Parts: sequence; structure tokens; C-alpha cells
Amino acid sequence: MKRIGIDVGGTNTDAVLIDGDKITASIKVPTTQDVMSGVKAALAHVAAHIGDTPRPLDAVMIGTTHFTNAVVERARLERVAAIRIALPTGASLPPMCDWPEDLYRAVDPMIFMVHGGHEYDGSPLVPLREDEIREAAMKIRDAGVTSVAISATFSPLTTECEDRAAEIVRLIIPEARITLSNSLGRIGLLERENVALLNAALQSLGKTTVQAFKTALAEIGLDAPFFLTQNDGTVALADVAAANPVFSFASGPTNSMRGAAFLTGLSDAMVVDVGGTTSDIGCLIGGFPREANNIVHIGGVRTLFRMPDLLPIALGGGTVVDAETGAIGPRSVGYRILREARVFGGQTLTTSDIAVAAGMIEMGDPSLVSDLDPTFVQETLARMRAMVAENFDQMKTSAEDVPLIAVGGGAFLIPDEVPGASEVLRVENAGVANALGAAMAQVSGEVDQVFSDMTREQALAAAETEARAAAVAAGADAASLQVLEIEDIPVAYLPGGARRVRVRVIGDISFG
Amino acid sequence: MLQEFPEENIESLATGAWILGTGGGGNPYLSTLNLRRLYAEGARVQVLQPDELADDDMVAVVSGMGAPLVGQERLKDPRHMARAVELMEDYLGRPFRAIMALEIGGANALSPFLAAALLGRPVVNADCMGRAYPEAQMTSFAIGGLSMFPLSLVDVRDNEVIVTRAESWKWMEKVSRAVCTAVGSTAATCKAPRTGREVKDWGIHHTITQATELGRVVLEARARHDDPVAAVLDHAKGKQIFRGKIVDVDRTTTGGFLRGKTVIEGIDTDRGATLELAFQNEWAVAFRNGAPVAMTPDLLCLLDSVSGSAIGTESVRYGQRVNVVALPAPEILTTPAGVAAVGPRAFGYDIDFKSVFK
Repeated sequence: MKRIGIDVGGTNTDAVLIDGDKITASIKVPTTQDVMSGVKAALAHVAAHIGDTPRPLDAVMIGTTHFTNAVVERARLERVAAIRIALPTGASLPPMCDWPEDLYRAVDPMIFMVHGGHEYDGSPLVPLREDEIREAAMKIRDAGVTSVAISATFSPLTTECEDRAAEIVRLIIPEARITLSNSLGRIGLLERENVALLNAALQSLGKTTVQAFKTALAEIGLDAPFFLTQNDGTVALADVAAANPVFSFASGPTNSMRGAAFLTGLSDAMVVDVGGTTSDIGCLIGGFPREANNIVHIGGVRTLFRMPDLLPIALGGGTVVDAETGAIGPRSVGYRILREARVFGGQTLTTSDIAVAAGMIEMGDPSLVSDLDPTFVQETLARMRAMVAENFDQMKTSAEDVPLIAVGGGAFLIPDEVPGASEVLRVENAGVANALGAAMAQVSGEVDQVFSDMTREQALAAAETEARAAAVAAGADAASLQVLEIEDIPVAYLPGGARRVRVRVIGDISFG
Repeated sequence: MLQEFPEENIESLATGAWILGTGGGGNPYLSTLNLRRLYAEGARVQVLQPDELADDDMVAVVSGMGAPLVGQERLKDPRHMARAVELMEDYLGRPFRAIMALEIGGANALSPFLAAALLGRPVVNADCMGRAYPEAQMTSFAIGGLSMFPLSLVDVRDNEVIVTRAESWKWMEKVSRAVCTAVGSTAATCKAPRTGREVKDWGIHHTITQATELGRVVLEARARHDDPVAAVLDHAKGKQIFRGKIVDVDRTTTGGFLRGKTVIEGIDTDRGATLELAFQNEWAVAFRNGAPVAMTPDLLCLLDSVSGSAIGTESVRYGQRVNVVALPAPEILTTPAGVAAVGPRAFGYDIDFKSVFK
């Protein structure tokens, strides 16, 4: 298996070429303003090594923060239309009723609420009003909007209403790009609808981004299938991923964690990924990041979908240290570290300066921090250690000491001894862990539904069958599938022993 | 004297009510959104003190009923809560002077506000649980032996039900729950109407103020980067029972309720010990290393160690850092009749009630 993995971050673009489990080439280049010239430079560097062994390149895996940035910056978003099928419920809480105002204005939505939807047991709430959907679709068409998000009550249970509405919209607006909430989110109408709307707002960007990658690959002469990495440590074919940009939101940290697992050979460990501005702590279980099972805010919007459970800490290589008090952060010089940090001749004292003064790493000119009082340096280090220890402890899932893998450009900031960690592992190539994680990605399938009138075993089995089918549909090799997660919760007050079951399976990409 | 409930109190009320929900009562998020929107449209709610009620004033007691999970899909609408009140008025042939909450815990603390904002009636600064409980007979009105009927129930379609009589509080619970299930496991209800005299004699007073103040100290502590849990303990004269990390959650549904236990492994001063929190919708009994150390009717609250936010029995999950704190129960719940109705035996535990505050 020969693959290229590339991770396009805010600061750096990293690329690796792997052959089986061997790294053949790797490079880190600064992310360029236009993004693609940096991508091409990184790709060209590793692509030059493809001929080192006779096998052809199987795939290119791309991780990108492009879509998240668009939401955070409220830029490059397109106008959306929301159709919610839930009346007579929820009229008082229309779609996007809890969005930050600036983001609301950025997507300038058209909002429609129509009658229909289902109950928790799959029976219709009220009859679907197709005429109302038709009317909405005509208004959307007349406004020239082509990005449409459709949600319906209990659609994770039965997709019937969303599917029918999509058919009607497509008849009236053939060029519409439609996002169905059931394909992205979980139970919780408002949160699932939010995910669908964010996704809809990113449709154009998804398309142009994938097209730009396609062009970049062609220009370098790489003719292999290419995939985008997803939040859960898996990949999707680029054209499929382009339709679901939200699934790429948190793929950066996920790729780092997957890469950390690969580089250390550990499948169960904690990972801290230290960047320029912040660090993320996450937990690897079976080689994959543990998922958040709760509300995650993205750009100020409440969402509930497949995301890694990460704890961000305001500690990175560029975090500013108060020269008087030794207080750490939360301000950071970020990517300006090469200009502003003391060791690089700047005026700002950063965590990196402290690390250099303490002899933890060599960079810049150490003489520029030789004036720092050794006691001050030690005290600041102790404070950094306490920050890491406290957050690490919070994310741990067992009382026993567990290994902590430090990756990312600022990994040197993590002390060798952290309370609660059996050891702190540092690895070669930790700087490109994210690109490696991208190269290693697999394919998954998930189901999240309420099952009634069956035993627990029957419900789990039914869910697993559906999850396996979803994985194969996503491009997995059926023979390689493994169950990664099973979660079931009995549902209060519902008859028929209703049980909500969530199953996720994962497998290798089928290149057949 | 009527006092306007200011908009900035909405978040405080929701935060405090979620803590007083002792794990149940439903997350107030959607109710908070609804109330904010009503305020944004110009509605204002007035609060009335219980002693300002005339003896023969009629008071509507409202609550949303059903499965929280259903409520996450079938988003609630204040109009239905208002309709339940109107339906009861039609049935009684008499107008209500004011509206009050069945329980001050969780989302239901805001239910009377939603109806009141639409109906232009004040909310009484009282409820009949002082927290949240899973069943209709677990109220101060039931403890006081007051009538349990009639009850009105409204769903989102055009179904309106009035239960005109019930043999007992238990039967009222059984019948109304069956109707609620039939209409999709979520409904707005107006419970047995109360007279001003009854509210004054048997209501649990000033709980709106209590929840709002409790929420306010949490929000303020958070803003100052102080310890919000310490603020709760200090303000509500509570006791810390345990501090630790969730290591196991075991849920089952029996008899229509969410039952189970959550296991917390101690940290800091509780290192080496284990606390088991048993629940039926709400946290019921805490066992430290197997021995009961705190129990209903004392309020057992599971709080996020960092934010001080309450954690519900439906949302508790592995790995969370938590403080278990006990807050004093309203006096009526700790009387012999109160303990019989809501003490550990009412939840199936053969334990004598012993308050952590005695």
C-alpha cells in the first residue's frame, strides 16, 4: 500500500509518502496565502520519491482545516435555504434561532417550516404536506438559492420525509445541492439541523476546494484516487467529502492522534498535540480518537455529530509569558513566533523562549534569553507542567497511569514527567504526525437509531448490520470491517422497550 | 406587588433550576430559548409572591410531561402550555389569577413563564416540589392531602384531554402518563388547580427567587474564574458529599422510568473511595463504599467540577469530573408525611431517611 498523506493546517502544510508502514519521504512547508502553492510544493517533494519502489501510488489522503476556518471567519459561505418538516411542533423555535447574529447574516437564510415528520416509534407525526414543500421550493428557486438543508423530526429513525422533500425540491430546482439532516447528525432536531445548515453553507467551498486539489494533483502528475480525511479518523472519496464538508471540521487534530498511534505503535494512549497557539488533548482508544458524546460548538453554533473529544488548552509554542509575573497565556504570537519570540530577536517572551532558556530545545539564538533568571525559568516551567497535568488528568478515562504521546511542532513544551502519565513518549517525525495520520486513514459506517420491540441483543445486531452496510457503501472492504464502538441507551417513558443504539464500524479502503 | 421578571434573570433561573433538578426535570435549554424569544417579541412576565394571593384566587399548576429525548425532536412550543391553562379555565368556568410551576427543577421551572408570557398572567414565586421528582404524588400538595384532579393535557395536534377524576394521586399519575404516551410521549399539562389558600398553606414558597439567585452565583463565579461549586455550597448552605470522576453509568428503564446508577471514583480528599449514585430520573441515594451517606429528600446534585453546571441522569457520561453536593430539602419534604411520599422507601430503598444536615 503506497499512499501520500497531506495535512493543510493554518500554519504548516505537511506531507508524507508511506509505503506499507514505512515513511519514504516527508516534508513540512509553511501554509501559503493561496494555500494551493504550498500544497503543490509539499506534494511535489514527496511525489519525487514515488519511483523509489516499483509499486504505483494507491491513494492521496488530504486533511484540511479549510471548512472550519470558513465558519470561524464567516467567510466563503453561501446563502442557504432551510426546510424543516416538523409542524405543528417547534414553530416557536425556527431554524437557526440560536445562531450568532454575524454568522446568521453571513448565510442570509431563507427559512421554511412545513407540516410532517415522524414520532419516536416511526409513525407519522402528521401527514407530510407536499404542497408546502413545493411552495417553499419555488420560492427558493425564484431567489436563485441552490443550497438547501432539509430536516425532519426523528429523521435518524426514518428518513422518509426528508427523502420525499428532497425529491420534490430536486424536481423544481434540478441544480440544487441538498443536505439531509439524517445523513449527518444525531437525535436532537435543532443540533442536527444546525449541522445540515452549516454543511449547506459550505457546498460551494467544498466543490471548489476539491477541484483545486484535483488540479494541484494533476499538475504534479499524480493520478491516484484522492480522499479527504474526516473527524473520526476515517476518509471519504474527495467528491463524496465535498458534499459533506462538516465531516472534515476536526480532521486536523484527529489526524495528529492517528499519526501518534502509528508512530508509537500504541493504540490506547493519551495524545497531546502542541501547536503554535493552542494544544489539544485527546484520548486514543483502539487507535482512534474517542468521540465526543455531547454538544460541540462550532463557530458559536450548537451541534451534535461525529467529532473527536478534545480538550483545548491555551498553551502552544507561541504562547506569551508575562515577564513580570510569569503568567502563561492565553495570548499568543502564533505564526509570528519567528519574528516576535526573544530567541528569534523579537521583543515578546514566549513559552518557546522559556524552553530554550531551560535547555529543553535548541532553536534561535539562546544568548538572547541568557538574561532570564533561572529561578523564574524554573517557576514558569513548573506552571506549564501544572497546566498540562491538570488538563491531562481531566481527559483521562481511568485512574491508572497511562502513556502520553506528545506530538506537534511544540511537543518539546511537554515535560518528561507528567503526574498521571506512565511515560511521556516523543517520537521521530512527530512534526508530521498529522500527515501520517491522514495517510493511514480508514473508512467507517455508523448507525444511530431507536429500536423498539426487540431484545437488547437483537437491537445491537440490527444496528451492527446497518453500520456494516453503511461502511461498505462508503468504500470499505467488507472483509476488513471491525466494530469500533457500541453504545446503547434505553429510552425513558417509551413503550416497547425502546433503545437507542449507536454502532460504528471501520475498515480498510476497498481498492477493488 | 407584582414584580417584573427581568430578561437578564432568564439565564440565572435556568442555571439554578437545572441544579435544583437534581439530575432530572429536563435540560432547560429549549425552554430558555423560547422564553428569550418571547421577551424579544416584547412579552414580559410578572412575578407574584404567594402571600399576595387572595384565599379564593385560582392558580394554574403547569408542567411539561414526557420523555426528554422526544422533546429534543418535537421541540416545545409555549402556545401548547398556554393552551393547557386555557383548557382548564374553560372546564372550570373560572379564570386563573396566576400560574405556577409544578417543579422548580430543570426545564419545568420555566414552563409557567412560557404560559404566562402568552396569557398575560403573573407567575407565582413558588412550586410544589422545591426540586424535581419523577411522579405526580411526590408533591407538597399530595403530602398535604389536597385534591389531585382535574388535569388537562394538550398535545401538538388537536388532542385535548381532561382527566376529571382520579381515585388517588397514584392513579392520576398512571392515567395521565398513559395518555401522554398515547400522544407521542410528550405533552403540556395543567395539573389540579389550586386556591390561593392552598398555595399559601402547602406551596413551597420563593423557589423562583431561590433558583434565580443560585444560578446567579454560579454565573458570577464562572465570570470571575472562581470555583462555581464552592459558590453553590456557600450560597445554598450545601454540603460537599464527594469529588471524583465518573467511571461507570448503568441505565435501565423499568416501569416507564429511567433507573440506574452511576459510579464515581474519588479524587483529592476522596481518593480511594467510591460513590455510587442511584437514580430514578433524579439522583435518589448516594452510597459511599456501599453505605448510604446521602439521600432524598435532601437534594443530591451532580455538578461539573469546572463549570458548576448540573449534570442530568440522561447526560452523565464516563470520564466527567464531578462534585456531588447535597442541598437542604424544603421543610415539608422532611416531615414524616413528606419522607413517606419522597423518602428513600418511595424509591424502593429500605433505608431510614437521615439528612446530611442533621
